[in-house]
Amino acid sequence: MSAREEILNRLRKTHVAEQQAMPDVAGWFGAHRRSEDRVQRCARLRAALEAVHTEIHDVTHDNWSSVLLQVAVGKGLRQILIGAGTPHGAQLQACQTKALQLIPYEQPIDTWQDLLFDGVDASLTLARGAVAETGSLILWPTPSEPRLMSLVPSIHFVLLDEDTIHEDFYAAMTAESWSEGMPTNALLICGPSKTADIQQTLAYGAHGPKELVVLLRHADGRQA
Amino acid sequence: MNKVVHLHPMDDFKARSKAVLDNAGQRKNFRGAMDFLQAKRRAQFPDQDEMQGLRELGASIRRYSLAHLPRLLEQLEANLTANGVQVHWAQNGPEANAIALKIAQRVDAKRIIKGKSMVSEEVGFNHFMEAAGIEAFESDMGEYIVQLAGEAPSHIIMPAIHKTKQEIAQLFAEEIPGVAYTEDVDALIQIGRRVLRRKFAEADIGLSGVNFTVAETGTLCLVENEGNGRMCTTVPKVHIAITGIEKVVEKLEHVPPLLSLLTRSATGQAVTTYVNMISGPRRPDEKDGPQEVHLILLDNGRTQAYADDELRATLQCIRCGACMNHCPVYARIGGHAYGTTYPGPIGSIISPHMLGLDTTFPLAFASTLCGACSEVCPVKIPITDILVRLRNEAQARPETEEATLRGSGAARTLAASTAWGMWAQVYSKSGLYKLASWFMSRGRALSPSEQGAWTRSRTPLVPASKRLRDLMKDHKS
Ligand code: SF4
Repeated sequence: MSAREEILNRLRKTHVAEQQAMPDVAGWFGAHRRSEDRVQRCARLRAALEAVHTEIHDVTHDNWSSVLLQVAVGKGLRQILIGAGTPHGAQLQACQTKALQLIPYEQPIDTWQDLLFDGVDASLTLARGAVAETGSLILWPTPSEPRLMSLVPSIHFVLLDEDTIHEDFYAAMTAESWSEGMPTNALLICGPSKTADIQQTLAYGAHGPKELVVLLRHADGRQA
Repeated sequence: MNKVVHLHPMDDFKARSKAVLDNAGQRKNFRGAMDFLQAKRRAQFPDQDEMQGLRELGASIRRYSLAHLPRLLEQLEANLTANGVQVHWAQNGPEANAIALKIAQRVDAKRIIKGKSMVSEEVGFNHFMEAAGIEAFESDMGEYIVQLAGEAPSHIIMPAIHKTKQEIAQLFAEEIPGVAYTEDVDALIQIGRRVLRRKFAEADIGLSGVNFTVAETGTLCLVENEGNGRMCTTVPKVHIAITGIEKVVEKLEHVPPLLSLLTRSATGQAVTTYVNMISGPRRPDEKDGPQEVHLILLDNGRTQAYADDELRATLQCIRCGACMNHCPVYARIGGHAYGTTYPGPIGSIISPHMLGLDTTFPLAFASTLCGACSEVCPVKIPITDILVRLRNEAQARPETEEATLRGSGAARTLAASTAWGMWAQVYSKSGLYKLASWFMSRGRALSPSEQGAWTRSRTPLVPASKRLRDLMKDHKS
């Protein structure tokens, strides 16, 4: 008999009487929801992100690219990795300055991994949404904005639309029916990478980005 | 059961514990770390009602998952397979290692980079791979430090909790070429980052653990702060995940409550920096991610715990480490004294299934039964009840019906079982009890002044000169 059969047979031999019924997760979250409006959700997300060293800039559809370039130049960055063929990538390219090189992620990583690890300062990706409760950004890497963009460069810029902020993780996954089809990789990101493994002392910039910069994009005419 | 097996585990455990207790510096480190982690957790649960409600929900999710375990494992396998993930089953450590080695040999791997995985420690993965000529390199900062020092983790969440920054500074200066001594934690972390970035880029295989697996979507969830877990599961061409069979939940919606309980209980964080959900290898149109993803499902004694209605709760564990952070015994002796992969209260109740009760029973006795572990456990495992049960199992008559575990009865000695047999007789027959207590109170002068372990740090036990019943009689007359 295979290991699989042996293990399953051993488990099947035991009849478990307790807790046969499905736990009521919806009931719990329904009872504990705060029912916040857009402004309150933004505020909670901001507080949670700032608590973990995340830089947040309020932007609009018109000015986000110039704000980003300004911040990038201020940090002395030389390159930003952008997604290939994305509308926001194109928008950024349209107002590119000479001091900053925009590198589209065009080729499979296997051909240029060393360059990504050693020669790219920063990256920009679009968030799919966010979770106000914990300050988590939701990223679903795509063929045009692959997984390593949010991991390898030292500074990670994230463009987030305020209308995509959910109250909690459960609300996000149910509103968007995640269970009907998950991408190869889905991420929640809250702050730059960090560790407290040396004598419980918190240090940022462990293995992933050292800085996380969120461009919180408000709908036209709305104030931050 | 022979005598050598009877005596060794307890003696070794006591000797290791004593060595730590005699080391004032280490005791101070542990105390400080435990106070820190306890305060961080407390701050995350300001609302007692919310905490108790969420614990109840978390426990019911874990109990539900275990009640349906065989079905969920099959569903998980089917959905992972449909997603392109290869699923393997291992009954024990050697089988799990052999599966990983076969994959490594097929892709001609020389270097494996490892994310944090206690299951890989459980099966002795690193030693096995090194013996096969394959480098297995730890990338979690704590694990990296511990590996560099040639040690094992002393805590399941914070592997290098037993080390001071001075010790780590010394270690880096001695072991990493071109590194000068520095106690600056940021600088030390940047040194680690630099070394490990090369390792991620060069590795042929990334190995990781898993926090939850989701049956309905075929998803592996990994929770971390450093980003090394994401590196290990994204950069190398092959990703191998290894996990115990108990980690599965049915629905994706079962993850948020457990995730919240896990991060708040473990490190006192509302959420970790990264929650990494993997549902398949790189697709043809994608530009990065591993070409192959494998999941090794490990039994290693878990089915033994599963078969018992009381011990099954052990498998509810989400490995948050809160029980050890709040354990007065762990706080004093630290993780290494236990001599097992999983230390602290969870280690004391899970290790007997992995290693046999004959070598691990002393751990069940190393508890004051104060109940702190059960009180903080986010999935409400009745840890103290299970400890008492294991003590009884250790004293059970071997090869009888009362012995249900591998190694049951290992603590049983003729002297102890005779003494307790007599005690039971005396305490269940009132005539006998009267007679015995009369003799005890009259013969108190004969009480030995040396009473074994008891008198090593306490005054001898001497029966009262008057029995309670005599005092009552005097009082009435
Ligand atoms: S037994 Fe409970 S408290 Fe201990 S590690 Fe497991 S889940 Fe956490």
